[in-house]
Amino acid sequence: MIPELIAAFLKIALVLGVISLVVAYLTYLERKIIGHIQMRMGPMRVGWHGLLQPIADGLKLFLKEDIIPAKADKIVFVIAPIMVLVPAFVVYSVLPFDKNFYITRVNVGLFLVLAVSSLGVFGIVMAGWASNSKYSLLGAFRSAAQMLSYEIFLGFSLVGPIMLAGSLDFQNIVEAQADVWFVFYQPVAFIVFFIAALAETNRIPFDLPEAETELVAGFHTEYSGMKFAFFFLAEYASIMAISTVGISVFFGGWGGIDAIPLPGIVWYLLKMAVLIFVFIWIRATLPRYRYDQLMRVGWKFMFPLAILNIFVTGLLKLLFI
Amino acid sequence: MFVIGAAGVLMRRNAIIILMSIELMLNAVNVTFVAFSRQWGDMAGQVFAIFVITVAAAEAAVGLAILISLNRDKSVLNVDEVNLLKW
Amino acid sequence: MELPFFYLFSTGIIVASILMVTRANVIHAALLLVLTFFLLSGVYVLAGAEFLAVVQILLYAGGIMVLYLFSIMLMNVDVSVRLRQYHRQTFFVVIIAVALAVEVWLVLARGEAYPDYKGFAWFVGATPGNVEALGSVLYTKYLFPFEVASILLLAAMIGAIVLAKRTIDR
Repeated sequence: MIPELIAAFLKIALVLGVISLVVAYLTYLERKIIGHIQMRMGPMRVGWHGLLQPIADGLKLFLKEDIIPAKADKIVFVIAPIMVLVPAFVVYSVLPFDKNFYITRVNVGLFLVLAVSSLGVFGIVMAGWASNSKYSLLGAFRSAAQMLSYEIFLGFSLVGPIMLAGSLDFQNIVEAQADVWFVFYQPVAFIVFFIAALAETNRIPFDLPEAETELVAGFHTEYSGMKFAFFFLAEYASIMAISTVGISVFFGGWGGIDAIPLPGIVWYLLKMAVLIFVFIWIRATLPRYRYDQLMRVGWKFMFPLAILNIFVTGLLKLLFI
Repeated sequence: MFVIGAAGVLMRRNAIIILMSIELMLNAVNVTFVAFSRQWGDMAGQVFAIFVITVAAAEAAVGLAILISLNRDKSVLNVDEVNLLKW
Repeated sequence: MELPFFYLFSTGIIVASILMVTRANVIHAALLLVLTFFLLSGVYVLAGAEFLAVVQILLYAGGIMVLYLFSIMLMNVDVSVRLRQYHRQTFFVVIIAVALAVEVWLVLARGEAYPDYKGFAWFVGATPGNVEALGSVLYTKYLFPFEVASILLLAAMIGAIVLAKRTIDR
């Protein structure tokens, strides 16, 4: 009992530490990549080619003055960033990093990911409300409506691969893709999943709630210092979490091509790198959706698509496989 | 939990808190279902608990819709002041 | 190992619910309700109903409470006004609540064995797992209630939209 507990704690500490570090350097990577796409070089001053930039950013945010607006609801104002950060990190507890390296294995793993990421909406709404300012509230409402709608599509798009794999457990899903990755069986589901993932994490082209040119900064207008850092961390952590979910469900997780013998975690990191690069690439390239266009695309285009996908998958599974 | 929810429904005048206390009561019933389902090894308890959650969602939606439309015309949230049907 | 967790969760639930029905600030009450749902989900996991636990978080905490929060924010609740939030009959309510609690306790504490009950048998930690067992009984034996529940949801959705729609008088 006790050695298992200690092993579990060590794994949790390791994953948390690595994730925090990677999230911090993800901000740097994003600025570098976007810079190069836009024909300029991102951060170059701090450290060699700007490698120490995240540390400088972190230090700045840490030392900034912590302002709480006078008429804001103090308890809720302080709790809101925590409510956004905690679900983003809790998701990592069921993600499969390798065949034997995962923090825990629950037989409702995928479902837990969906449930916990739906709690992120809470934190955002609370942040908008507690700031007691018009812009924050409007941004919070928009963001919450967007996240709620696209969460539904996220869930529906994942039902197809679940039907193929026959289980909600992440390890089972990854092992069921040993011969063919699900992305070839379910391309429509992957497209819907990807778009929903973009909307879920408030990334371009769906980042209206926190766009810098609209509504000041949306729901985190009134936040400064460490609380703002929490929102940022939560966003990047959930990007990585959703990428991991996408890889495990559609691209074979830690499985690789048998011809090239590499440990599972290296395959996993490679696929993650590609997917996150695509995320950043899209951010540098596409313009922003307007709010009503966003909702229209979601409900009139992706929702029927996702349901059609479930229907066709079910039909084919019944008739053939 | 059920009793706390019932006390909440009876004590408070704010309509939203009354609705939330009703949710509390529904959850208390759910817990009872799950506990007995485990005790007797019967799945029916959990199935019924899922249905209870579904019904609670539907009822919350309709209840809040009524409250919103009420609030829009009169701007009240105090259940004592909704007394147009009183003689 | 499970018992201290259960006590922890149940104490938390009772404290959170008592706090919830007594708060004057509606947003605080809503957040306490969310906390209650979380702890309830923990209790469900302890009882071996993992699917129900996750459904509870997904639907109740992540869906219904967001609905409540939205409605609270849209309804202009003056959260700082502390005027007479309680009925005049609060004292009697508390007495009746205590009496009800004693009554419920007496009924539940009998705990006689339920003779010859024919149900779908499933035990904690069985091999097919909770989700499969739930699925196999939900879609065969309880199919009709399942369909009825979906129609109920549809009716509630349409009803809510119609009720809350702003009538445009031109």
